[in-house]
Amino acid sequence: MNRRNFLKGATTLSVGASLLPLAQLLPRAAQAASNETAVVVFGGTINSLDIHRSGTNRASYQVAINCYDRLVSFGTKQTADGSFSYDFSNVQPELAESWEISDDGTVMTFKIRKDATFWDGKPVTAHDVKWSLDRAVSLGGFPTVQMKAGRLESPDQFKAIDDQTFQITLPFPSKLALPDLATPIPIIINSEVAKANATPDDPWATEYLHRNPAGSGAFKVMRWNAGEQLVYERNDNWACGPLPGYQRVMLREVPAQSTRRALIERGSVSASQNIPNKDAKELAEKQGVKVVSTPIENCIYSLCTNLDFEPFKDKRVRQAVAWSIPYEKIFEQAAYGQGVPMWGGADQVTSIAWPQKSPYEQNLEKARALMAQTAYKDGFEVPLSFNLSVADWAEPTALLIQQGLAEIGIKASIEKIPGANWRTIALVEKKLPLHLENFGGWLNTPDYYFFWAYIKGNLFNSYNYDNPEMAKLIDDTLDMAISHPDYAPNVTRMIEIAFDDIPRIPLWQPTLNVAFKEGVEGYEYWFHRQMDIRPLKPA
Amino acid sequence: MSLGVKSKRVLTRLLQAVPTVFGILVVCFILTRALPGDPAAYFAGDMADEASIEQVRENLGLDQPLPIQFVTYVGDLLQGDLGVAISTGQTVTQELAKRLPASLELTLGALLLALTIAVPLGVLAATRPNSWVDHLCRFLVTAGVSLPTFFTGLALLYVFYYLLGWAPPPMGRLDMMFLPPESITGFYTIDSLIAGDWALFKASLAQMALPLITLALFTLAPIARMTRAAMLQTLASDYVRTARAAGLSRRRVLITYAFRNALLPVITTLGMVFSFVLGANVLVEKVFAWPGIGSFAVEALVVSDYAAVQGFVLSMALLFVALNLLIDVTYTLIDPRVGEDS
Repeated sequence: MNRRNFLKGATTLSVGASLLPLAQLLPRAAQAASNETAVVVFGGTINSLDIHRSGTNRASYQVAINCYDRLVSFGTKQTADGSFSYDFSNVQPELAESWEISDDGTVMTFKIRKDATFWDGKPVTAHDVKWSLDRAVSLGGFPTVQMKAGRLESPDQFKAIDDQTFQITLPFPSKLALPDLATPIPIIINSEVAKANATPDDPWATEYLHRNPAGSGAFKVMRWNAGEQLVYERNDNWACGPLPGYQRVMLREVPAQSTRRALIERGSVSASQNIPNKDAKELAEKQGVKVVSTPIENCIYSLCTNLDFEPFKDKRVRQAVAWSIPYEKIFEQAAYGQGVPMWGGADQVTSIAWPQKSPYEQNLEKARALMAQTAYKDGFEVPLSFNLSVADWAEPTALLIQQGLAEIGIKASIEKIPGANWRTIALVEKKLPLHLENFGGWLNTPDYYFFWAYIKGNLFNSYNYDNPEMAKLIDDTLDMAISHPDYAPNVTRMIEIAFDDIPRIPLWQPTLNVAFKEGVEGYEYWFHRQMDIRPLKPA
Repeated sequence: MSLGVKSKRVLTRLLQAVPTVFGILVVCFILTRALPGDPAAYFAGDMADEASIEQVRENLGLDQPLPIQFVTYVGDLLQGDLGVAISTGQTVTQELAKRLPASLELTLGALLLALTIAVPLGVLAATRPNSWVDHLCRFLVTAGVSLPTFFTGLALLYVFYYLLGWAPPPMGRLDMMFLPPESITGFYTIDSLIAGDWALFKASLAQMALPLITLALFTLAPIARMTRAAMLQTLASDYVRTARAAGLSRRRVLITYAFRNALLPVITTLGMVFSFVLGANVLVEKVFAWPGIGSFAVEALVVSDYAAVQGFVLSMALLFVALNLLIDVTYTLIDPRVGEDS
């Protein structure tokens, strides 16, 4: 037998073997996504249908968004590239048809829609609102923390005046209270269904609502096969907005990114949620696929220098690090050009827009000059850490930063930290000398960002930064109305300090990328980064 | 050997497994706790403060000292309660009941497919050394050993789904148009046959085709190699020469004398292969979005989900005890010497 025959034999046999079982089964083409049904794939997993439960992961927040209503929501705006985004400055009614805020700003009175009903037909009343908000502030964990951000801390603040009127009393006026009511947390639950399924051990019915949502929202959960899929079915009696465009939305969990990409490229699915930058760039050039990339508000990918680490106590060392980073290269190779550059800005802070460009860029002479002034002119060694679950951008970024630091005599060794340990080591114990961080604030004001990231002890101040002037500014400004005359000067000063002290070196503002099959329209970006399926519609 | 003696031996073997399983429980319990990372901080969520982390720790029972945690765990276990897998929000029992069949369906299917190809191929290769069958065998074995499963999986996906469009979208065990059959065995193919639903059977087989081929390619390599080697050895042995000299038919020599003896090492290999196919499953499950036990365990391990990891290890330990037992019993059936010695 000669070589050619052997090869021929081998290929026919192996191909033949693969074809056999497939041949009869495959004419069923990928026509799953039709006008009635949309199929969305994502890489995470839904682990609860109740956002208030402890342990509920981020991906599961979308159930709260699509199946429940809140008192208020945000309006829509069109962004520069023609795509749509929620509008933080425009609070709109959802379950509340109107509201009034007292002159001193501490009492908010909401009128509940008369026509709104839960899925079982029971009208939504102020008592349900009271029960639901009580639950959010009482259960502890993330919901309670998020409620606190809006100055909502205790059940005593909530009062159902009559079936249609609900009142919130604030300890002091705060601009964050109303927008906080539009986050995914303060959902309104059917309190009668929940109470009927509560037990003395579990007064807030967490076990029941974990599997059985009871809301008034635009979609109901038709099926939940944990670890596989969630099927939403439209609630045709939804009172709080225009009827969604799809009768049914299937959410499928597909862990492998390459598989998700194949699915959207082949047109088997309607949308692929949260795709990496590389795919966003490549898919945008393909026929039949539409990619929407929106800069994530109030979020910056940053390099953080821990002030507990001896050399970083010297401001000049931190500044030298900031001047050594090859920003341009990082943006090209780690972000694939998706996002907004956050370097090379003006020397003076002239706007309160946030995020904004820092004055730094790669300038090795400046960096070396600064290092020469310090006690560390011969360099030092430092571990550079990143979270393995965001390795797609963090790994190339870390390698490039390592090269930049080597130029000024700092020897960085790269440490990869598994996702589960990241929170404890980086955010809770705050002991990583140099690390990459990706905090983004839900409530889109600069002072909210500074509150989480620049006050000693707060979670996202993973670098032990402590500056009394900054702390006072934030404390003064956090609840202050944006129209207040002190607001802009305060924020300007915060940005100036942040750039001068530079414990957190901005790299770029990331984007949220979603790929759609041609013919799926209406997508809106939201700060919570989950897919709001309510506005989606077939073309 | 009488039936009574046989079942007594099986029972002894089972009893011998008890300390092993207990040992595994202890080691696994300690190892999961020794992992770095704090599940309470992880599950408390993104913006949780100290107080809420403490609260979660208490809810998880992690504020107790280790020995007490272990006693509670074993106590729950004896009542059949494996705890809740926080990462997926389901009880571990539910997860195992749903995912173990999914993985086993794939693994056993792949083994079956690999066996039906590898054993005849190995025998043919051994009886015709250096012929084209032998070359083919060598080619498949080399390919199977050297290609990582995720690569084979992705390559098959690319050709048969992406380019040709023959395979259905790789989105788990069933196409979106179908609902799973009523669960009897948990194997969709078998359950749909029991329900007499041909369309469903075809659909589940279609979803299985690519992952099955991927795993089978990986599995058939060691089996074919072992069959070929064992066959070569027995064919060269004295008793086969004697049988040939006695003028027995070629068929009889090959099957009764050579093949039966060659089967023993193949069976041993099979037990080993089974264990690493379960391991290889993880990658295949990821690529084909297969809701199996491997990907579940890896995810659980990554987030230090203790109950889930322990449940997984326990079920695997039991599975392997059962498997080893099965192999031993098969031995006694194939090889008369094993039975008579004891």
